[in-house]
Amino acid sequence: MSEGSIFDEMWGQDQALRDPYSEFQTWFEEQDPKRLRVKQREADELFRLTGITFNVYGRQEAEERLIPFDIVPRIISAREWLKLSKGIEQRVRAINAFLGDIYGRQEIIKAGRIPVEMIARNEAFLPQMIGVKPAGGVYTHIVGIDLVRTADNEFYVLEDNARTPSGVSYMLENRETMLQMFPELFARTSVQPVSNYPSDLRRSLGACAPDATDGPPTVAVLTPGIYNSAYFEHAFLADQMGAELVEGHDLRVVDGRVAMRTTRGFQPIDVLYRRVDDDFLDPLNFNPDSQLGVPGIMDVYRAGGITIANAPGTGVADDKAVYSYMPEIVEFYTGERPILENVPTWRCSEPESLAYVLDNLADLVVKEVHGSGGYGMLIGPTATKKDIAEFRKKLQSRPGNYIAQPTLSLSTVPIFTNKGLAPRHVDLRPFVLVSPEGINITPGGLTRVALQKGSLVVNSSQGGGTKDTWVLED
Amino acid sequence: MRLKIRHATRYQFAEPVIYGLQQLRKTPKTGHQQEVISWSTHVEGGQKEVTFEDNHHNVVELISIDRDATQVTVISEGEVEIEGSSGIVGRHPGPSPLWLYERDTPLTKFGPGCRALAREADGGTDLEKLHALSEVIRDAVKYEVGASHPDWTAEEAVAEGVGVCQDHSHIFLACARHLGYPARYVSGYLMMNDRVDQDATHAWAEAHVDGLGWVGFDISNGYSPDERYVRVATGLDYTEAAPVIGTRFGGAHEALDVQIQVAQQ
Amino acid sequence: MLGKTANGLYWMFRYLERAENTSRLIETGLRMSITRSGATEWGSVMQTAGVLSGYTAHYGEEVVQEQAINWMLRDKENPSSVLSAISEARQNARMVRTALTHDVWEAINACFMNAKDLMGRKVSERDLPGVLKSVRQRTALVRGATHGTMMRNDVYDFARIGTFLERGDNTARILDVKYYVLLPSVFAVGSTIDNVQWDSILQSVSAKGGYRMVYGSQPNARDIAHFLVLDKRMPRSLNFCVSKIRDNLGYLASDYDTRMPVHDLADKLAQRLSMHDIDEIFDFGLHEYIQTVLTALGELGGQIEQDYRFYV
Repeated sequence: MSEGSIFDEMWGQDQALRDPYSEFQTWFEEQDPKRLRVKQREADELFRLTGITFNVYGRQEAEERLIPFDIVPRIISAREWLKLSKGIEQRVRAINAFLGDIYGRQEIIKAGRIPVEMIARNEAFLPQMIGVKPAGGVYTHIVGIDLVRTADNEFYVLEDNARTPSGVSYMLENRETMLQMFPELFARTSVQPVSNYPSDLRRSLGACAPDATDGPPTVAVLTPGIYNSAYFEHAFLADQMGAELVEGHDLRVVDGRVAMRTTRGFQPIDVLYRRVDDDFLDPLNFNPDSQLGVPGIMDVYRAGGITIANAPGTGVADDKAVYSYMPEIVEFYTGERPILENVPTWRCSEPESLAYVLDNLADLVVKEVHGSGGYGMLIGPTATKKDIAEFRKKLQSRPGNYIAQPTLSLSTVPIFTNKGLAPRHVDLRPFVLVSPEGINITPGGLTRVALQKGSLVVNSSQGGGTKDTWVLED
Repeated sequence: MRLKIRHATRYQFAEPVIYGLQQLRKTPKTGHQQEVISWSTHVEGGQKEVTFEDNHHNVVELISIDRDATQVTVISEGEVEIEGSSGIVGRHPGPSPLWLYERDTPLTKFGPGCRALAREADGGTDLEKLHALSEVIRDAVKYEVGASHPDWTAEEAVAEGVGVCQDHSHIFLACARHLGYPARYVSGYLMMNDRVDQDATHAWAEAHVDGLGWVGFDISNGYSPDERYVRVATGLDYTEAAPVIGTRFGGAHEALDVQIQVAQQ
Repeated sequence: MLGKTANGLYWMFRYLERAENTSRLIETGLRMSITRSGATEWGSVMQTAGVLSGYTAHYGEEVVQEQAINWMLRDKENPSSVLSAISEARQNARMVRTALTHDVWEAINACFMNAKDLMGRKVSERDLPGVLKSVRQRTALVRGATHGTMMRNDVYDFARIGTFLERGDNTARILDVKYYVLLPSVFAVGSTIDNVQWDSILQSVSAKGGYRMVYGSQPNARDIAHFLVLDKRMPRSLNFCVSKIRDNLGYLASDYDTRMPVHDLADKLAQRLSMHDIDEIFDFGLHEYIQTVLTALGELGGQIEQDYRFYV
């Protein structure tokens, strides 16, 4: 792990323009900053008109917000991407094998490579999935792997998103917006396209259709509804795939299948890309109070009448405590050394680690095992003494609920401000599709950027923005 | 022993059903000392949607209730051959790992009431200890038909001091798991020697003992289940082994009529 | 198409039409309040818009112009206020977004954002005409994008059915509230008061120009009634609206290859409107006639919901 100065993806560690950005830099120098400012505003207006918004949880339409978009692309060379994509593919393969094993014979536990408590105490573990064989053997049809970079050749996996990773619509719209605003920039640079994602997703899901499918597979997207924070994305993906966008009350069990209510009666669905959490998926089998799900869908699923993507119970693989075992998991199932590195992680459930973490709170990042969205975490170096003291109490009362990691010095990429370019910290979420036909990784992914100077929090719910992500052609 | 079983459940609704589903766990298990010779499920006022085996090897049938139906009848019947085994069911083949049965559930949460009972369960061997536990529970919680509520937890039944087989089994599960034994709920049929018509399905518990595998305990009767016991469904508690779980829209004010006949062939 | 989607399209366009109609009614009310000092007119304007009972529940029996305008224009408590109707239209559009073209979605989204900007705060009487005009321009853009970019399939049919049911309902309610100024006993009088009333009826369906084209500049009650009930060319007449509904239901029947009970209802209603001439209607009783049409439109709406599985 590199110490000291921060790695900027455009200017490196020593203010020398890095290769992938050379063409962009030339173009940028030619631009009138005033015109760029106009363009920046145009981009915002474009997003607003298109309605690319996210809803703040628990509120209604008045609270639709835009995720700020920055016009400076984040650029990755073909060579860098090759290594990343190999590592991602290896990791995703391992996650899928891990899920098959955990809901099957649990060889990895028998082999003593991970302790049984990792699963037994894991809230995302779904006993109802034991013995279920999903169509095509695929558990995680769609995965998002969160990466951070700390130096020229140092990438770390920060988090695996094996449930319902979101943000892919921003990846697509960001590119679309850049193409509309700066066509000349794309004429002089060869950027690998991302626009195939919706059709790839459609094909990938279709390839996982269950045996009960009659004719070309019918795919639908299940959304919790228009008040959900990611509703825009659900509608966007359904639209782009040419699939129906359904809610729980559009569906019911008919003739042994899950069918949607159409103007011409009920029509069976073969593959359901659900953006509803496990607990809410089926009030008959899980949370009986759920209004969002479909009673009996798990029964139909277990009888092989529908494919649910991602499979229920995949969250067991993206828990932050399980994350700390990912190097072992990758080795166990692939027989290879992991290509991508994990961030060193202290499991606070282990007394020695806890002692270390308590002694070094001011230098560490402490996260909830099941948390997400940047909530419920402590960033030691930027926290006040009072924050640390309060967090110490929480940590001591429920150590098993936390893991800790060193504070990484995340790379920066410039953003465009009124005063010109200014470095800001970024992360990267590439999107991965899994089907029996293979693993497909869209070149690039979603770059999230912390807009405040020095901030490390890139989450959109906490003021982060996004950038177009370029992977250059070889 | 060969038993002939007929289990008819009839729900009547004061208002027509708009849409409804029932998940049935009524088919006896095949395996261990038990073989299903023939079995069939017949539905009136609804239709079978799917059948599958769940993670406890239970045969589950999902049925939908016909639109506008005011009653739905499910008749499950067939013959089962059983060998006596003095309560020992045998080794655990999966698919769920044994550690799953160490989990408590909302209905079998271990609390002070169960703790007091578990403390009294003395015995040299595992089996002695579990038999003692069964007896302690039967003494402390009086068997009384209709005295308890179906959604009582183990702790509530201990506190009230009365219960039915479901409550006895839940208390046993809470205590046995606390004592370190994987344990599970069993719902099924019991042939009472003096009659053919039964009041209800029966429930008992099984604990896993090293070297023996699963061992059954009928806490309410103080027996080890023998060839008069038909194992139908197992789970971590009642909710996972219940003969019927349902959900519906419309069809308010249901009335339930259950007829169970168990007879030796 | 999902039943829910048909439902969303139908209501999106009903609400869009409602926003437009209500804004037109406010304009009419405003015009009348200038020509005659009549707070009483706002009562009948609100009655026409179907929002009077809500108003009195909220503000009491006394009708005050400023409150009446605010209630009809932008009050969130009034689900049919112009602002509420536009929000509802846009919310439904969000729900059926996959059925809409990009152009239609952008137009309705822009219409909503514009409405929120203009009506987010209280609108002064001076700004009111400009705001109302802007609302109608924006809704016209949505309609234009719909005409220009949408496939003529079931999506379009449900959008059109919603539009014309709302519009027919609106015209019928205008006639229902104002029928007495069109009755023969009254039109013999020909006072200036009636002239203002007739004018306002025509204005509230944007038909002054159309009427002049057909009948000349001197309005009379019989012709106005004929124009609003039976005329086949006038895009807001009952006859026109019902025949459009029937056409679009007909396209659905041939698309889906199935006639539903609603088709019989629509046929019956269309027949009723084409069989009569206006004198027969006066003989039958204009008020009773309008009442039967209103009831029939309500039944039609209910039957469409059932036949095309909007909810269950």
